[in-house]
Amino acid sequence: MGAYLKKKGWIIGFILLAVVFPFLSQNDYFLHVLTLAFIWMIAVYGLNLLAGYTGYLSLAHAGFFAIGAYALGLLTVKAGLNYWVALALACVITSAIGFVVGLVALRTREHFFAIYTLCVGYIIYLVIDKWDSLTGGVRGLIGIPAPTAIGPISFETPLSQYYLILFFLLATILVMYRIVHSLTGRTFIAIRNSEDLAQTIGISTMKNKLLVFVLSTFFAGLAGALYASFIRFIGPDIGYITVIFDFLTYLLVGGLGTLAGPIVGTFLIVSVSQSLQFLQDYRMLIFGPLLTLLIIFYPRGIAGAYLDFRMKRQARKKKAVPSKQTSYVQQSQEDEEKRVKEG
Amino acid sequence: MLELSNVSVKYGSFAAVKDIDIEVEKGELVVLLGSNGAGKSTTFNAISGLQKPSAGDILFEGQSITGLSPDKIVQAGIVQCAEDRKLFPQMSVHQNLIMGAYVHRRKRKQVKESISEVYELFPILREKKENAAGSLSGGQQQMLAIGRALMSRPKMMLLDEPSIGLAPLIVEQMFEVIQKINKDGTTVLLAEQNAFAALKIADRGYVFESGSMVVQGSSEELLANDTVRRAYIGA
Repeated sequence: MGAYLKKKGWIIGFILLAVVFPFLSQNDYFLHVLTLAFIWMIAVYGLNLLAGYTGYLSLAHAGFFAIGAYALGLLTVKAGLNYWVALALACVITSAIGFVVGLVALRTREHFFAIYTLCVGYIIYLVIDKWDSLTGGVRGLIGIPAPTAIGPISFETPLSQYYLILFFLLATILVMYRIVHSLTGRTFIAIRNSEDLAQTIGISTMKNKLLVFVLSTFFAGLAGALYASFIRFIGPDIGYITVIFDFLTYLLVGGLGTLAGPIVGTFLIVSVSQSLQFLQDYRMLIFGPLLTLLIIFYPRGIAGAYLDFRMKRQARKKKAVPSKQTSYVQQSQEDEEKRVKEG
Repeated sequence: MLELSNVSVKYGSFAAVKDIDIEVEKGELVVLLGSNGAGKSTTFNAISGLQKPSAGDILFEGQSITGLSPDKIVQAGIVQCAEDRKLFPQMSVHQNLIMGAYVHRRKRKQVKESISEVYELFPILREKKENAAGSLSGGQQQMLAIGRALMSRPKMMLLDEPSIGLAPLIVEQMFEVIQKINKDGTTVLLAEQNAFAALKIADRGYVFESGSMVVQGSSEELLANDTVRRAYIGA
């Protein structure tokens, strides 16, 4: 139990902090910024599954974020659908478009994949920007309703929206945790490792890549839809290329291919850039060099650096106490039996 | 069991393998001999589906498997154990083995049995099962690579240079294990540069030179063959 707590300590700590935060600070502005950060986190988790775990860097995810946002906006404003139906449909629509894009995009690899998806992202932005009759073009879409009440729970206040989006973030983390620790997750990691090798042990790489692409667009769409109903107004710039580079920065700083990465990176960058607001655009002068240093010295981001540090410390401990070796083996066998039972 | 007829493989305009004919019977241990670049690995990649042949046909148990995707070929019962002991270095030994049983992932009981079989064959892997695969020694990594290939319960195993970069003593052990795997019923196709050691355990052999097959015969014939002796054994 102790080890279990230790392993998931950061998750439990984060949940507690996030749940109590509104009671610690009565500042509505902080609440607003944090809610936005939660939305970014969901999108970054989607990106992380594809870029971090499977090794396919997609630059189309701002586009999918925008598709989710516009799908929700159009379905509620123009089609007058119930919010929750629209939310579900928005995710489905984004995933469906993700499926079609993935079919073509996943035939390319590495930087070609990045370039291809960059183009797709830009095309999505252009379509939203120019299709005036549907999306409202540069004027954007106004009057998107807040989530409708479920029974006695209504989502009109910022506080209730904060908790709603926190709920979706926690659900996202839970799903990610389950995926990463399953055979499916290890299949994705195997593909990142070497596609040829993955194929020689019998993994259908195309099928799995398509699965992870659709999953990751699903989360981008979910984040977009939540954004639309939180801000209540959307313009084409949410699908612009700078947005995907924001996501990417959050992910790189936090740690590519780590579970904690999206939270750490997003929270850090959002809060630092808020506190440097007084510097206006000059804050980039501070950001740029810091980011460069981080990439040079900690290419796996903050969470990755922490994991490396912990692994090294454990290795050192193991060397120092060789007599404990047998009990370690027994322990791991017990663990194994448990795992097999659980499946 | 496996039959390659007139198989050619091209990389662009360069023909890496030209007009190869190979036949392997059920239960045999057949070795492909040849130096670097002779076309052994390319032939393996053609069989396992990683590389599409530009001409020719590959039959497995009477069915054509030419041009099938690699995962379908693993499902059919041919598994390749790639050169360089390619593993998933961050995953533990145990997880590597589980990945090897990917095509049987729904048969939990069978996977469990296969794992204990592999641990019996390579007891050192059981001791190291929680260690990261990347932390193992060269010989242990090769054992893990073979063990992982066995996890798919292949009818036929393609082993690409299992002795490369290993200490002589370990090489000897490796060949003993390969012989044992073969005796237990898996047909083995082995690519090797270490001709002497390989021919000692093999039934038959094919000799490759710059993409073509030049000599074939039983192990005894090849060991007695002058060209083979001069080129690969040095006596």
